[in-house]
Amino acid sequence: MLEISSVQAGYDRTTVLHGVTVSVPKDGVAAVLGHNGAGKSTLLRAAMGLIKPTGGTVRLDGEDITRLAPHQRVARGMAYVPQGQQSFPHLTTAENLQLVADGRPDGKEAVAEALDLFPVLSELSGRRAGLLSGGQRQQLAIARALVTRPRLLLLDEPTEGIQPSVVAEIEETILTLAGRGGLSVLLVEQHVGFAMRAAQHYYVLEAGRVTSSGEGGTGAEQTVRAALSV
Amino acid sequence: MTVILNQSFTGISIGAVLLLIALGLTLTFGQMGVINMAHGEFIMAGAYTTYVLQKSISSAGVSLLVALPLAFLVAGAMGVLLEWLLIRRLYTRPLDTLLVTWGVSLMLQQLARDIFGAPNVQTSAPDLLTGNISLGGGITFANSRLFILGLALLCVLALTLILKLTPLGRRIRAVVQNRDLAEVSGIATGQVDRMTFFIGSGLAGVAGVALTLVGPIGPTMGTNYIVDAFLVVVVGGIGQLKGSVITAFALGVLQSVLEYSTTVSVAKVMVLVAIVAFLQWRPQGLYTLRTRSLA
Repeated sequence: MLEISSVQAGYDRTTVLHGVTVSVPKDGVAAVLGHNGAGKSTLLRAAMGLIKPTGGTVRLDGEDITRLAPHQRVARGMAYVPQGQQSFPHLTTAENLQLVADGRPDGKEAVAEALDLFPVLSELSGRRAGLLSGGQRQQLAIARALVTRPRLLLLDEPTEGIQPSVVAEIEETILTLAGRGGLSVLLVEQHVGFAMRAAQHYYVLEAGRVTSSGEGGTGAEQTVRAALSV
Repeated sequence: MTVILNQSFTGISIGAVLLLIALGLTLTFGQMGVINMAHGEFIMAGAYTTYVLQKSISSAGVSLLVALPLAFLVAGAMGVLLEWLLIRRLYTRPLDTLLVTWGVSLMLQQLARDIFGAPNVQTSAPDLLTGNISLGGGITFANSRLFILGLALLCVLALTLILKLTPLGRRIRAVVQNRDLAEVSGIATGQVDRMTFFIGSGLAGVAGVALTLVGPIGPTMGTNYIVDAFLVVVVGGIGQLKGSVITAFALGVLQSVLEYSTTVSVAKVMVLVAIVAFLQWRPQGLYTLRTRSLA
């Protein structure tokens, strides 16, 4: 589905990723784990086109999308939930979703489906996103990504900094989405337990390089923890 | 009492002109953060559009009505061209944008001199707008000023509706609030920038049409208004339409009242001092949006 091959990328003159290769199987989940500063978010930003790689390629279903703008990648079925519960703070919850639905023939249904996944958002539809709690904003961010009806979802630490009661809900939703077919997920996570429950493949990133990778599943949790503790 | 009412109306009509010229800036400067020094020349382009139209259409009323949408298109197209040629390459360099657009402003002024000549020109107002409405007791309102007031309010209403209710408005607000997030949400941010610039610059053209009713048309007419327009947006609170509306009228009335008790120049100085003092107290301007997080 998504093939990130030998990607080098960074900011200004600082190279963060030194030839990273990661692939996401069709309808599967790949998890990228690593400590802070390992380059996980940079990898997702490069995959989405927010930063241009200085080397390597990004392919979606075989098509080289390395030079495409982010909105062109969205048109090809990619969606991205960035780190930090990002939203359009001065737009209402409903506007945050409608914005993405505008111009889509199936926009109305897509918004309704997203609201079914996160019913709390229906109750908050008139409230400005900047006034929502962190957990609610993250639910909104995932819902907004889903309104584009993606085939591939990039999630950057979806449960980071969120109150525990909502974390479980978000994790369940991600597992449900990944399990129902038609959606591949590239998940960046710090919580090893959840990542390994969700993923069929894992990659451990350290200082911009993949230092360990393998089959996912809860059985691999100890291996990953060991790789991360080095 | 009569004096106060007349003076207040004069103030409100000055405010309406201020509002009309600042309205485009609330988009390009307020929303996008671009300091476009050539905005004044888009006002000039709107005014000259009226002048050219009046030469080919003899009826002043018809030419004014045609000039409004046409000036919007002419100034809007100039704005899009400027954005596409220069400004989009300078979004992360505000000081360079200021210098470049200032250069463009000088070039456009010279272009106007080459085409229309250096002396000011005049258009004639339609008969309907030349008289005054008398409310009795010595209170009179100039029709042209009432027209500008109506036009300014109509533009505010139209802009508010576009920003609040249309898909384009949602996109404009989204791009302003979080450009990267808008882009990864599937919005072609470059196109949205161009459309924002089109509407903002187009509104300057409409302001130019209105100004032909109250003053002469000349190559430097935009320069006379541009500083005031920036002041309205800054004092109102950057990115805040209602702040600009209130500020434009407040500054207009203040200017008019001070002019009555002093002179035009002294009033201008006192208004500027008042603005400086206000911004010391409230640097963010009259209105700011409060949120739990700006992320």
